[in-house]
Amino acid sequence: MTTIDTTLPLGAEAPADESDALNYLTVRRGLMSWLLTLDHKRIGIMYLVSILSAFFLGGVFALLIRTELLTPQRTIMDADTYNQMFTLHGAVMIFLFIIPGIPAALGNFVLPIMLGAKDVAFPRLNLTSYYLYVFGAVFAVLSIATGGVDTGWTFYTPYSTTTNTSVIAMTAGAFILGFSSILTGLNFIVTIHKLRPAGMGWFTMPLLLWALYATAIIQVLATPVLGITLLLLIVERALGVGIFDPALGGDPVLYQHFFWFYSHPAVYIMILPAMGIISELISVFSRKHIFGYRFIAYSSVAIAVLGFLVWGHHMFTSGQSALANTIFSALTFSVSIPSAIKVFNWLATMYGGSIVLATPMCYALAFIFLFGIGGLSGLFLGTLATDVHLHDTYFVVAHFHYVMMGGTVIAFLGGLHYWWPKMFGRMYSELWGKIGAAVIFVGFNITFFSQFLMGSQGMPRRYYNYLPKFQAYHEWSSVGSYLMAVGFIVTAACLVHSLLRGPKAPANPWGAASLEWQCSSPPPVENFSTTPQPGDPYDFSGLVYDPRVSGYVKQEGAG
Amino acid sequence: MHRVWNLVIGGSSFRAQAGGSLWLPPRASEVAGQVDWLFYFILIVSLVFFALIVVLMTLFVIRYHRPRGAESAEGAEHNTALEITWSVIPLILVASMFYLGFRTFMKIAVAPAGSYEILVNAQKWKWLFTYPNGYVSDELHVPVDEPVELMMFSQDVIHSFYVPAFRIKRDVVPGRYNKVWFRATQEGRFTIFCAEYCGTGHSDMTSSVIVHSRDDFAKWLEEASAGLAKKPPAEAGADLYRTRGCASCHTTDGRPGIGPTFKGLFGSSQPLSDGTSVVADENYVRESIMDPQAKIVAGYQPVMPTYRGRLKDLEITDIIEFLKTLKD
Amino acid sequence: MSAGKSSGTEGSHGDPHLAHHFDTPTQQFESGRLGMWIFLATEILLFGGLFCAYAVYRSNHPDIFIYAHRYLDVPLGALNTAILICSSLTMAWAVRCAQLGKQRGLVILLALTLVCAFGFLGVKAIEYQHKWKHGLLWGERFAPAGEPEHGESQKENAAPAPNASPSHSAAEAVADKAASLLATATKRKRPSNVHIFFGIYFLMTGLHALHVIAGMTVIGWVLARSLRGHFTGGYFTPVDLVGLYWHLVDLIWIYLFPLLYLIH
Repeated sequence: MTTIDTTLPLGAEAPADESDALNYLTVRRGLMSWLLTLDHKRIGIMYLVSILSAFFLGGVFALLIRTELLTPQRTIMDADTYNQMFTLHGAVMIFLFIIPGIPAALGNFVLPIMLGAKDVAFPRLNLTSYYLYVFGAVFAVLSIATGGVDTGWTFYTPYSTTTNTSVIAMTAGAFILGFSSILTGLNFIVTIHKLRPAGMGWFTMPLLLWALYATAIIQVLATPVLGITLLLLIVERALGVGIFDPALGGDPVLYQHFFWFYSHPAVYIMILPAMGIISELISVFSRKHIFGYRFIAYSSVAIAVLGFLVWGHHMFTSGQSALANTIFSALTFSVSIPSAIKVFNWLATMYGGSIVLATPMCYALAFIFLFGIGGLSGLFLGTLATDVHLHDTYFVVAHFHYVMMGGTVIAFLGGLHYWWPKMFGRMYSELWGKIGAAVIFVGFNITFFSQFLMGSQGMPRRYYNYLPKFQAYHEWSSVGSYLMAVGFIVTAACLVHSLLRGPKAPANPWGAASLEWQCSSPPPVENFSTTPQPGDPYDFSGLVYDPRVSGYVKQEGAG
Repeated sequence: MHRVWNLVIGGSSFRAQAGGSLWLPPRASEVAGQVDWLFYFILIVSLVFFALIVVLMTLFVIRYHRPRGAESAEGAEHNTALEITWSVIPLILVASMFYLGFRTFMKIAVAPAGSYEILVNAQKWKWLFTYPNGYVSDELHVPVDEPVELMMFSQDVIHSFYVPAFRIKRDVVPGRYNKVWFRATQEGRFTIFCAEYCGTGHSDMTSSVIVHSRDDFAKWLEEASAGLAKKPPAEAGADLYRTRGCASCHTTDGRPGIGPTFKGLFGSSQPLSDGTSVVADENYVRESIMDPQAKIVAGYQPVMPTYRGRLKDLEITDIIEFLKTLKD
Repeated sequence: MSAGKSSGTEGSHGDPHLAHHFDTPTQQFESGRLGMWIFLATEILLFGGLFCAYAVYRSNHPDIFIYAHRYLDVPLGALNTAILICSSLTMAWAVRCAQLGKQRGLVILLALTLVCAFGFLGVKAIEYQHKWKHGLLWGERFAPAGEPEHGESQKENAAPAPNASPSHSAAEAVADKAASLLATATKRKRPSNVHIFFGIYFLMTGLHALHVIAGMTVIGWVLARSLRGHFTGGYFTPVDLVGLYWHLVDLIWIYLFPLLYLIH
């Protein structure tokens, strides 16, 4: 938050050549004007700063893990510290970064503007949700300060009920973060239902809104189950209730069912909004109407619904019945179809387009490449016989990093670069933006492709010591992670430079047709000075480039 | 064709892959060949699709690349026939993957009758293997070309028994028995990993499975067990039957007592007082000892006290082994 | 939740209850209600996890549930059910009064609802205290002093039952003597892991009691506001939303009562 405050006066110094002299960033000053704001844009920015801090923290844990794994024996830390490192990396990245990442940070900023609304339906609830996030994060940090957690982010019983680390603080943190997520989802559902302007029907909404809507449904319906599961775990640890404790007649595998009933749909909380962003980027930067709008929209909903029915595929080797395994395997494959549909539709959108390779588009192309690998590698894991061999190996680690990081994080970065001019009213260096993207892309593949190979060779995950034959793969992976860190530093520097020295952004730098580009950059407090006119969000024919403002303007008489 | 194969999986032919490839370690069990075949099938389908996506993407970028400020483009907004086609083709492919995976999985899941049975005791952070004659080792010795079934239980947290060369893995859960089987096809030494995170020593919870020829295995077991103090599990179970009170209610000659007879009990289907029936397998026997009122055989009173805390896990497995000798 | 507005008056922007980002009071009122319904869905799913745990353990160990539920006091549970149904009625009536702008009725009925809620918690406290005293607790703390006193098994209790309280060690002694086994063969024995029932009982009723307390807090809040005359026939959204919440809390109890107290 302090970074924002120091940059604010600079934003205000920009010559106010038009009526947008007072935008949401400059209308009020001071720390309290941020901490008590009800403006969805400011809350979105506060989320952005918070999740990026979490991403930094989780990234440091990741680099420490990769450094430890450079040698088969001890490198820089002991086994217990290592176990805490991968637990914290997982918990911080998932609960503090990736789940709130796109919906709460980018979604909060753009969702109401895309709808042409002045704010989300419940602004005070929105701020409450943010403070719950902060509160949950405090608990998570508290657990690190009071000795860390060594259970893995999945908190499997009976390990989590018997270990002597501070599991309660971390699970309490995740419990609170869950409620933050629920309130965000609730707010988005009501906003999309009730605040759509006249003239915008369900099938003329931008696809990101479909994706955020499907995400919100999952947040609202799945997260309470995580809440009760973590509550049971806390009660079990604190009072010894014994629901999951085999020594007291409980069933530890029941915990896994409960946990994955939330945590598998949570995977779609992470990836669906990313797919929504990619739908926007591909269409806007191909300067061509999105292909197969309805198929993409329905596939988001299909993924959300089917995502609730596949949790058992995390437990193929746990001893659940062969019948249950078979059903979960079949349902798992059914989720792959809507994902495939989206990829083909994006390619068809690019066919015959006018493709502009701006930085966000580079991220979108990287997404298709990496998500392609991530999604296809899921086929090995959905197939029962091959999953038995690959379960709990680095193959799984590589798979979900390709989907979560290669998918969601890359789409998040694409979206950040796409809406950055709208958020802060500044352009960034296209050259350095692309260099950052390229370095991250290369580093990512080096880091995680080697993990596919060592995983299918039989390297189990969460191993501190490993057999010497795996060392070469680990070395590649660690070197790749350092390269990726360089890429993130370049990107961060590029964006910070844009805040301080970037040229002023036009209202519509990319030629997009959705409503958030009809207001100034940055937007005024209530988003629009004139009532926006919703049309087809993928009809770019009326928008022409005007070199005088280095952005696109609406052609008179068109659209 | 061979060159392509070579490039894809880094070996000359599927047969030669038995020694290991870029993707998979050497294989040494009966199911491993089928698992590998399926792995390569999915790999090739995935590579074809991935190549298709990336080539199209690259071609489109090269062909339609425009500078900033270009005119917008016109084109079809949808094409239902095309969209259904690219939904249905993947559907057929994944359905075939599901079916093949299911078929092979059933082979992995169901042990052939008459498998050689070894008890596995997992605990932080070691494996103990108990052979039918009562000998306990910390490395697993098995005969080649013979089905071996492991009956596994954990003393503390969840572990997972994983032998990459055999392509098998099964969680070992406290409070219940999980079973896994394999038929080793290669003599030699192969690594056992614990694949479920279990704390400080998780990554050191490794061991080896040593596959002997049949003759060597018999010889090894005989030599290793020389001077063995502990009785074979079935005999130890018979002793427990006599000394811990079982005999007062359960006969071994087929006569009904206060409780059902043990003769022919194991593996049979028992009618229960609630009208259902249950197969008397390891988990049922264990439950009946620990939690006797859970399932009452029809015609008997729920009078048996629990033996929870009074019999150790290993003693229960001894009793199970004893019951197995009374099958017929 | 942001303040809402009734559907009665069509929006003039001078309306003090209309938030800046809504166009009409109707839109605002409907948004509030939709938000509340979604929130209620999340509450049902929160309890859903516990209902699932209940279902899994009851189907795996029906004997535990049949045995242990007799420790629960059915008359007290029934009394609490009646209290909550009454409170639902007064709450619904209070919403109606608010709609019609009847100040006095609103205040009285909200107060009555609050009294019912206190009554419910009081009865619950008596039940908890009884269980605490007799060691009818969860997990390792389960150390019952005697056989169940209440419930539908009175015939069985009436039948001669020698040695009415077999402690754990007594059960062990019995195990080694077949003769003793025969002697107790006619008597119903305690299944192992009875504590699981009490674990689930305390989790479900405890979480429900927390919801009752939360409900009382918000009822107290609307009561305070109605005392100050904040609500009119044109603006009563908070009363309406609190009413919805309170009905859900009642509804959950109506499921808990038969599932825990009335097992056959």
